[in-house]
Amino acid sequence: MAPGSSSTARWKWKTPLFALVVIFTNAFGNFFIARGMRQLPPLGHPADLILAIFTPWVGLGIALLITWLLSRMMFLSFADLSYMLPLTSLGYVLSVVLGRFFLNEQITPQRWAGTVFIMIGTILVGAGNPDTTPQTEEDGAASATLRGAEKSAAGAASDRSAAGGGSKQSAAGGGIGQ
Amino acid sequence: MTRAWLLLSVVVGCTVLSDLLTSLEMKRHGEIHDLSPSGIQRAIHAMAQKKYLILAIVFMAFSFFAFITLVQTADLSFAVPASALSIVFETILARLVLKERVDTRRWWGVCFVAIGVGLLSQ
Repeated sequence: MAPGSSSTARWKWKTPLFALVVIFTNAFGNFFIARGMRQLPPLGHPADLILAIFTPWVGLGIALLITWLLSRMMFLSFADLSYMLPLTSLGYVLSVVLGRFFLNEQITPQRWAGTVFIMIGTILVGAGNPDTTPQTEEDGAASATLRGAEKSAAGAASDRSAAGGGSKQSAAGGGIGQ
Repeated sequence: MTRAWLLLSVVVGCTVLSDLLTSLEMKRHGEIHDLSPSGIQRAIHAMAQKKYLILAIVFMAFSFFAFITLVQTADLSFAVPASALSIVFETILARLVLKERVDTRRWWGVCFVAIGVGLLSQ
């Protein structure tokens, strides 16, 4: 909807800011929840979970995770999921570091290796060609009338998605909840 | 350890379902936006979106409560990276349900995540 030039300008500012917010709110949200939950007695009843969310540390963690969720949604409105996944992977490493230094967790070499593998894997998943979800700033500039042509161009760009592109919407509609 | 893996499977399963439903909703939203349908069509689509969104939030809540139960006993440094297992299932479902194109590099990424979670279980 917005003109391409101003959209690009906003993109440059938004991306690093949102990336930092997404990484830190998620890692610290999880950290504070873990810290808070460990101070509580073992859960005996499902209602204990509801009470747990009102304790200070868990509450703080939840507030951060709500911030994470909202910033993630906003981030996804102008960036691809495949762009965000590598950032998410940094959050895993940060969580392990927080666990090691603030929760006194023993990180075995296997666990570090596993975390590194997961980080590499997440980056590889995100590094693929995101042409199935063309949600870049170019998309914002594309008018409704151009969208159909754009879709067929995207379909033609990849042999395998040429058939899948047409059935994507109908499959999405028929898959769940009909 | 068995309890931890059970809770982890609830976290991962509910996350996958929640993300899948959210993705379905976002794609439907795009569809409405593009086609500029009539008011009736729009209303029907909006209802469907809401339904997906409500379901997604329900699964997200289940995932969250399973997660806070998990981190009470399990290590944070296990729980958070291991929840990346959802990426493996989400990629498979993105291919099968959303009919997204998943290239070789992305499949390699899925393999790396799976190996990584395997190492966490050591």
